[in-house]
Amino acid sequence: MEPFQYVHARSVGEAVGLLARHPGAEVIAGATDLTTLMRDGIRRPSHLIDVNGLALDEISALPDGGLRIGALCRNATDDQRIVRGFPALVEALRSGASPQIRNRATFGGNLLQRVRCPYYRQPEFACNRRDPGSGCAALDGDSSRHAILGTSGSCIAVHPSDCAVALQALDAEVVVRGPRGERRIPIDAFHRLPGRTPEREVMLRDDEIILAVELPGRASSAHSHYVKFRERASYAFALASAAVAVEVRGGTVRSARIALGGVAPKPWRARAAEHALLGRPFGKDAIDAAARAATKGAAPRPDNTYKVSLAQAVVQRALTELGGAR
Amino acid sequence: MPDEVSPHPSRRTVVAGGLTVGVAVAAGTYLSAAGAETASAADATRSLSLIVNGERLKLAVDPRSSLLDTLRDEVGVTGPKKGCNQGACGACTVLLDGRRVLSCLTFAVLHDGQEVTTVEGLADGDRLHPVQQAFMDHDAFQCGFCTSGQIMSAVALLEEQPGITEDRIPEAMSGNLCRCAAYCNIRDAIASASDTMAKGR
Ligand SMILES: Cc1cc2nc3c(=O)[nH]c(=O)nc-3n(C[C@H](O)[C@H](O)[C@H](O)COP(=O)(O)OP(=O)(O)OC[C@H]3O[C@@H](n4cnc5c(N)ncnc54)[C@H](O)[C@@H]3O)c2cc1C
Ligand code: SF4
Ligand code: FES
Ligand code: FES
Repeated sequence: MEPFQYVHARSVGEAVGLLARHPGAEVIAGATDLTTLMRDGIRRPSHLIDVNGLALDEISALPDGGLRIGALCRNATDDQRIVRGFPALVEALRSGASPQIRNRATFGGNLLQRVRCPYYRQPEFACNRRDPGSGCAALDGDSSRHAILGTSGSCIAVHPSDCAVALQALDAEVVVRGPRGERRIPIDAFHRLPGRTPEREVMLRDDEIILAVELPGRASSAHSHYVKFRERASYAFALASAAVAVEVRGGTVRSARIALGGVAPKPWRARAAEHALLGRPFGKDAIDAAARAATKGAAPRPDNTYKVSLAQAVVQRALTELGGAR
Repeated sequence: MPDEVSPHPSRRTVVAGGLTVGVAVAAGTYLSAAGAETASAADATRSLSLIVNGERLKLAVDPRSSLLDTLRDEVGVTGPKKGCNQGACGACTVLLDGRRVLSCLTFAVLHDGQEVTTVEGLADGDRLHPVQQAFMDHDAFQCGFCTSGQIMSAVALLEEQPGITEDRIPEAMSGNLCRCAAYCNIRDAIASASDTMAKGR
């Protein structure tokens, strides 16, 4: 591992200042992803800015009935306000990683975790995301767990986060701070599609840190659900997952947000599936239509065509369980 | 793994504090607590205090050293095992300020002043912790490599969810793999330890 300078930041201002002064510096929070990335030579920060002392782990209520969750809040949280008001988020968190990892992993780190494409994680393989212009080993290799939506000729990796998929369905905003002050990034704009520049993964600038994630108070959020399909019952990344939040009034669907995980390079908002539900009774017909629409535009590869039906099935399961739970 | 931090013998340094774990005492040469930005070399050793199994230790560590390597190579507690070194197996599980974590997935320097408990710190003299006793009574291991991690994870689980029902134990223990697949006995051991501890409360 390359040597680095360790700095324990004493204020957000100091952390941001260090990031601005040292272009090679990187924040470290729960360390559950960065430790292995550095050990394997994939990230080589000049400085590690430890933000664990910054008291950014609080959860507080917002005036509109929403919640602000500090960037350092751990993924093991069982805060009752999240459990009751935003069930899809706790379900997504509990389906991720293992209890030990969730005790350390933070909200900020979860959003910024790197892809699990095995070629990205092993420097001996070509990878445009890791080394721009070097090629993409997955295109000629095993792409059975890769993306079917939002891919490009440069990269077909899937975003690994469960939490971020739930945040999509809950319409979250990411609050960030840089040298020029604070700004807010809607979750849908936070992660980028690969296009020709897969190495530019998020809209966060190098000198910005995440302060918090904010969940607005929406009628659909309390009526939300997360379902994850994977190769074993626990401790595995999603092959396909769905977060759904549906507002039903007078028997018909008034608003719906549906997001997919495990199938695209970013948490994927399935707008066609949402439209298939709107204004219809929340029953089997509408749910079937939404499930079919969820993979609109999918371009699977020969070894991951199964993900089209898997993604449809996970949307159907999530909506059906949500309907049945009422 | 390309390049690990290799623990040079001269870095096996416990600068102050009581010694129970057979580590060489060295002079405090690594204790220059230079502000991070003013330190001359990026890889200068950092001083760090850790409370390991109740003992306050002053250590001088390479910032690249994982908590796992620090515990094993600097402190000399070898209960935490290096199974995968990438967060996939749970063999390195320890308690950090009472919560179960993977010691391979973090750097020791992040934990200045924090408290670490390893399997070495569970027994009360000759009296085993109820979870340790239950693992023996239920034959909850074969080769034993995963066992210290399983036990630490189970101890934390029974703090998190006292009286957890037997059917929910496998999911709550899914961060600990066992290559020998002693899973059924591990589950039984934890269920029985849970009962024992409930009676003791
Ligand atoms: C075996 C294993 C299984 C896993 N399974 C799952 C799973 O099923 N589902 C899932 O969603 N995840 C899974 N994960 C990933 C895990 O959730 C992430 O590693 C974790 O969320 C990262 O958070 P962290 O705080 O540890 O980040 P760190 O490792 O500390 O940092 C990760 C990145 O985020 C940056 N960063 C962190 N905080 C901030 C901040 N506040 N501001 C700016 N930058 C910041 C760091 O600079 C770094 O680039 C798994 C991980 C492992 C090891
Ligand atoms: S799919 Fe993306 S991450 Fe994987 S090898 Fe190709 S460029 Fe790299
Ligand atoms: S050695 Fe830490 S999880 Fe395997
Ligand atoms: S007893 Fe051998 S790995 Fe678990």
